[in-house]
Amino acid sequence: MRRFTLIALPYLWLLGLFLVPFLIVLKISLSDLNLSIPPYMPQLDISAGWSGLMEFFSELDFENFVWLTEDDLYWKAYLSSLKIAVVATFLTLLVGYPVAYGMARAPSEWRPTLMMLVILPFWSSFLIRVYSWMGILSNEGFLNQFLLWTGIISEPLQIMNTTTAVYIGIVYTYLPFMILPIYSALEKMDDSLLEAAEDLGCSRLKAFWLITFPLSRAGMIAGCFLVFIPSIGEFVIPSLLGGSDTLMIGKVLWEEFFNNRDWPVASAVAVVLLMILVIPIILFQRNEQKQREAEG
Amino acid sequence: MRRFSWFNVTSLTLGFAFLYVPMLILVIYSFNDSKLVTVWAGFSTKWYGELFQNQAFLDAAWVTLRVAVMSSTIATVLGTMAAYTMVRAGRFYGRTLFSGMIYAPLVMPEVITGLSLLLLFIGIGLDRGVVTVVLAHTTFAMCYVSVVVSSRLVSFDKSLEEAALDLGCTPFQAFRLVTLPIIAPAVISGWLLAFTLSLDDLVIASFTAGPSATTLPIKIFSSVRLGVSPEINALSTIMIGIVASGVILFSLISKRNIARAEADARAAERT
Repeated sequence: MRRFTLIALPYLWLLGLFLVPFLIVLKISLSDLNLSIPPYMPQLDISAGWSGLMEFFSELDFENFVWLTEDDLYWKAYLSSLKIAVVATFLTLLVGYPVAYGMARAPSEWRPTLMMLVILPFWSSFLIRVYSWMGILSNEGFLNQFLLWTGIISEPLQIMNTTTAVYIGIVYTYLPFMILPIYSALEKMDDSLLEAAEDLGCSRLKAFWLITFPLSRAGMIAGCFLVFIPSIGEFVIPSLLGGSDTLMIGKVLWEEFFNNRDWPVASAVAVVLLMILVIPIILFQRNEQKQREAEG
Repeated sequence: MRRFSWFNVTSLTLGFAFLYVPMLILVIYSFNDSKLVTVWAGFSTKWYGELFQNQAFLDAAWVTLRVAVMSSTIATVLGTMAAYTMVRAGRFYGRTLFSGMIYAPLVMPEVITGLSLLLLFIGIGLDRGVVTVVLAHTTFAMCYVSVVVSSRLVSFDKSLEEAALDLGCTPFQAFRLVTLPIIAPAVISGWLLAFTLSLDDLVIASFTAGPSATTLPIKIFSSVRLGVSPEINALSTIMIGIVASGVILFSLISKRNIARAEADARAAERT
């Protein structure tokens, strides 16, 4: 009996507040926009019994999904979200790898402190970390002041409200997600492999390329997925740092729902976004599984 | 003995500068006297004063704190139960669906979670307010808690529990007296994680809060949309300060506990 309650309570909670809501989204994505409260139709009328149910199902259709393919805005937004996520992930890898490498090669008594310095930003507010770049990137911001002062530029650069600012925001906020898995891959590496390579006449650069880099591949893959997956549906970063020409699907969904009040289309956007995300999520799971098998 | 090489020192310095300089600037300029946020005009704490005069911010902070305490506590209980079920209960009907539902919210874009919960609340006619935000935050936070707790449960020796049962404990006593003290650090970090996730959440709260329960992130977001403001800098500084001291304190305590456990182990070996 106790065992049953133990399983049932979290199970029912997730069914009611995770699975059912998602089925509602699916259902509304097949409904039509209607000027009423709630603003979609058909409504399920339980009192009409079986015939009511049949009528309800017959009125559901894929119109909203057809609409998504017809209107430029949506598929452009999906493509541009993917592009931004890919480029930002690559940039995060470029910034994160040397830091993870430096941490793994640091004297061992330093490592716990360095670990903590990487984790600390993760605990502080995401919103505030994105916000902190607004003062740096704006036209009269600190970056432009600095560059003007050094004389590198003579006119302020327009970075704020561009896609460049979105890249900087993503790299900044997701950097710990990239550093930690690479660090844990590099930290496990056996130093004697490098010594052997040097004894056998490899230069240090060549030893890095032939030994360290391949051995850290699993960590890099994990880090890339951890940055890529949340970047696609990102809302806060493009809406604070990006401009009107930065199209990202999370922002489109938000506007469709709050500004246009088109719930069926917003739901259809959500369903398609989820279908796009399924592929990288499955690949990520596979990579993790392979890792576990290799270790255990 | 490893030493720092030049290359590593440079990459670490640049990397950590990138991570910390933006927040440092934010903190420094929260003490700026000028209304212009990028021009230094002398030291002043007047923005902190104005912040504490601003009733809207204080109300939002109170709502946020209440939501975070409630949702992280419920999430810790449910998440620990879920982790225990996943690790110990063996096979049961619908296990695959259950584990799927625990992992899915971790990768679900926030806009979708928020949208789906809002549509549910409207569908069942629940008025949006503090309760709906607590329900929403509990749901995604319990999944994080269960991941943290189950990693601890996997690594600990099941025979300790079995010994307690053999010695006449009821299953609940065995859990309370043996399992819980061992997994306590994971449960506490799960609670802390759930708490900070709730404090921080903008997107899901915006969908599920409604006008009666404006949380701090919603308030911050609507005021910074148009640009940087010194009051928000002051607020950010307070929040960064609280988080930083909390994390440092927690890590010092756990370090001390580890040191004590090691000393105990050494003493036990000698006798």
